[in-house]
Amino acid sequence: MTRQQVLDLYFLDARCKLIDLAAFLDRVDRAPGEADFRLAAFRQALRELERPGPQRAKQVLLAFSDPTTQPIAKATTKAACGAWPGKATGDPG
Amino acid sequence: MACVAWPPDRQLECTPPVRTANPTLLPLAPDMRYIEPHAHMVSRVTDDYLDLATAGCQAVCEPAFWAGFDRSSVDGFYDYFCQLTEHEPKRAARFGLAHFCWLCINPKESEDLKLADEVLAVIPQFLARPGVLGIGEIGLNKNSKNELAVLERHIDLAAAHDQMILVHTPHLEDKLKGTRLIIDALKSDRRVRPERVIIDHVEEHTVELVLQAGFWAGMTLYPESKCTPARAIDLLERYGTERIWMNSACDWGVSVPLAVPRTALEMRKRGHTVEAIDKVIYQNPLEFLSQCPKFRLG
Ligand SMILES: [Zn+2]
Repeated sequence: MTRQQVLDLYFLDARCKLIDLAAFLDRVDRAPGEADFRLAAFRQALRELERPGPQRAKQVLLAFSDPTTQPIAKATTKAACGAWPGKATGDPG
Repeated sequence: MACVAWPPDRQLECTPPVRTANPTLLPLAPDMRYIEPHAHMVSRVTDDYLDLATAGCQAVCEPAFWAGFDRSSVDGFYDYFCQLTEHEPKRAARFGLAHFCWLCINPKESEDLKLADEVLAVIPQFLARPGVLGIGEIGLNKNSKNELAVLERHIDLAAAHDQMILVHTPHLEDKLKGTRLIIDALKSDRRVRPERVIIDHVEEHTVELVLQAGFWAGMTLYPESKCTPARAIDLLERYGTERIWMNSACDWGVSVPLAVPRTALEMRKRGHTVEAIDKVIYQNPLEFLSQCPKFRLG
């Protein structure tokens, strides 16, 4: 597809998702209380959108990923939350 | 759809602002065919079988998975394997669909090593059944030591019985690490032939790891996680159509049983030919699955 065709096919969808992202951040700001590591990871991932090059989706996924390499001692939950808690609260490595 | 205000030369057009790369290629061929290589039909209603058959599905393959709750004993798994090998093929056959399955204890239930060993012990008696394609979906969930131990025991079971393998990779933040650990575990067993292993649920950050190691890659089309149709097609356009398939992985969660044919429709919008689409949604799963002599269509 040409860039024009990509825009024709996906622009309105991407525009909608972008406004949803903005509204989500506004909603977080309006809410009382403290955020947790997920918001920091989200903001880090957002920065990847402005980088040039064709690896933005990959870089966003990496920004949310556990970078350690050793298995954890025990699974205490079955669920994933979408962002890595980091060394302080997460995988001891 | 409301008229778009820009560009100006289209202000009077009330047609959707969508153009195909080659409009003459539309619509989809009426005889579109596909294989659904990963679907948890025990969690779906019978109408879903009707929809799959209507959309051109020729066969559905069902890996063993977590029921959404922990089964309390090996007897629960025995009954589940009977359901997968006896009951579910009959449901599918009512709609002319071939049904195949893969057997294992899911990584979500692998923290309990005693239960895992009991389940591993009952699997061999099912392996000769007509619809059983191999061991799956094995893998990791939270990347724990016990999960990894059970993965290695599954790999050993598959190798000892010359079975193909279907691998589940972890969710979200755990996927990258889990994919690396899984590839290491598979590579460390020299009996494993990568061309007989599919590593499922790849995304942009794991697809290269899987393909470069010689394995097949599966893309799961989910509305909220894993790959959307648009991203899955991006991966096909970037990494090619060799050793890769798409699946809906529909189950009891948020999922779309018709995700594969809907993605085929989006491929048509993006100018992919009927032949290119057929390769991804029919020929590729046929090529991989036919390595098991029990996989036969029609
Ligand atoms: Zn699955």
